[in-house]
Amino acid sequence: MRNRLKVLRAERDWTQAQLASELDVSRQTINAIEKGKFDPSLPLAFKVARLFGLSIEDIFQDEARS
Amino acid sequence: MNDPKTRSTEWALSTKRNTAQLRYWTLAWVATMAVAAFGPKYVWDFATLPSILGLLVNVAVGFGMIVANKRYLKGLDELHRKIFLEASVLTLGVGLVCGLSYALLEDIRLISFEPEISHLVVLMCLTFLAGMILGYRRYQ
Repeated sequence: MRNRLKVLRAERDWTQAQLASELDVSRQTINAIEKGKFDPSLPLAFKVARLFGLSIEDIFQDEARS
Repeated sequence: MNDPKTRSTEWALSTKRNTAQLRYWTLAWVATMAVAAFGPKYVWDFATLPSILGLLVNVAVGFGMIVANKRYLKGLDELHRKIFLEASVLTLGVGLVCGLSYALLEDIRLISFEPEISHLVVLMCLTFLAGMILGYRRYQ
């Protein structure tokens, strides 16, 4: 699954640690999601979407469909 | 957004608390195991009642450690929980397969000594450690 997390984070000038702190996860988790090594659960994806004020589809894209 | 250095989230604090609790329960379990194992020989000369009490306390503290471990796992974030569970599954599999084969070695007379449970425990600890290290490296 591809995602725009790194871009969205950079646009807001947030560090991985700041984003992790807002989402109640570890910095390693943010790093793994950004690198596409780990797909977040649906609740975490919703939390990310809420934080950025976007829909889940605006942030996460299914690679199989693109 | 607050500075992460000054902002300590409830989640981070709870993880720290769960880790500390697991540490204390594990230390207590090891201590009660030592008392139950060495007490009969060195302290109360194999008297039945203290031996039973020592064993019961050890089992009770062991269950406390299991609960603390479960709480610790529940409190982890989803990536770390995944790594922990994958390492646990690997440990369970290796422990079951190698443990039974190891026990069989004496039955089919391939070894002359009695298999020790402590060897299996060491193998499981090393497997879990390797599983955790591999997991962390995979998601780095």
